[in-house]
Amino acid sequence: MVIVPVAYLPTSSKELSSWRTSRPVIDYSKCTRCAICWKFCPDVAIDLSPDPSLSAPNDRFKALEAPRIDYDHCKGCGICAEECPFDAIAMVEEE
Amino acid sequence: MPLTFPKEEYMQKGHSACAGCGATLSMRYVLKALGPKSVVSVPASCWAVIPGEFPYTSLNIPMLYTTFASSGASISGLREGLDSQGKEDYNVVAFAGDGGTADIGLQGLSAAMERGHNVLYVMYDNEAYMNTGIQRSGSTPYGAWTTTTPVGIKRDYKKSNKKFVADLMIAQNVPYVATATIGFPEDLERKVATAKLIKGPKFIQILSPCPPGWYYNSSDTIKISRLAVEANVFPLYEYRNGKLTVYKPAKTVPLRDYLSLQGRFGHLNDVEIGEIERALEERWQYLLRREKD
Repeated sequence: MVIVPVAYLPTSSKELSSWRTSRPVIDYSKCTRCAICWKFCPDVAIDLSPDPSLSAPNDRFKALEAPRIDYDHCKGCGICAEECPFDAIAMVEEE
Repeated sequence: MPLTFPKEEYMQKGHSACAGCGATLSMRYVLKALGPKSVVSVPASCWAVIPGEFPYTSLNIPMLYTTFASSGASISGLREGLDSQGKEDYNVVAFAGDGGTADIGLQGLSAAMERGHNVLYVMYDNEAYMNTGIQRSGSTPYGAWTTTTPVGIKRDYKKSNKKFVADLMIAQNVPYVATATIGFPEDLERKVATAKLIKGPKFIQILSPCPPGWYYNSSDTIKISRLAVEANVFPLYEYRNGKLTVYKPAKTVPLRDYLSLQGRFGHLNDVEIGEIERALEERWQYLLRREKD
């Protein structure tokens, strides 16, 4: 029996892309798949999945899980671009 | 490259935190270390707003809202309730801000720790009442600007020192006390995982920078929390079985590097910065002395 209000809808069904003033763009030819951007994302808006079709510094990195930015939920804080040790993420202003 | 971290997420995307929020990262890391069998109790704080408006929720685990003063009491009740149902493998966690811990929730916290329930109390320390609009709290550091300590022509910045709740918990001889920050996530994960294995009350204080409240660029959240440790503003330590272990940073930076990134310290002159530096050095020496005994 539910006697208190219980939240049941996941916030991942919301779309927050309008919060952003600039968007992070990953340059995969510099990305070593270290996942530091994934680790520090406060919005959990970076997913890790292997994608051999993306470019990489060399073939060894292609097999690894690549970060992908979920632009529906990214708020454009810029932590990923600041923390990337290879400068592979650039912040591009939204129109 | 192998991940240095559990990959499972218990916090979802789409929450309502500000861009670059440190408190969301604290919750994300704590839940990753605790796993799915956890119950979180949150008093009035930023985290009461971050999960989203009703009927939305951004956590994959049960979360209970409670009143400002009663996070300590609520985790005691949750723990005893779960134990009586035989669910002793669940982790009961309070996730309270610094206002709900250092000021309003202090008696509830102290009493829960004294009764010795098997609970974890996490204080995410953003050094003011950020949710209601940056009012000063007991945990606000000396010299900071807040809306209730506006600097102005009278230079009315906060004139008292930060209250370190983790130090109070050590004085109370809580079995496990630690300080951590989101700039060192592996260390944070390890401390929460250690706390999970200890039966009894545990307390962890996590420094969580706040871009709107501290007046800095949202991309600097991790950088600032790292500088806080390297400039000795927020020493990382662990207290277990009566033994204090202080983390000595691999490199130290001048206090000015930490202060200059934040607008809330923008009004301080050299004399005032020197005073802060002296107070922090005194505290650092005190911790080193404590470590030796």
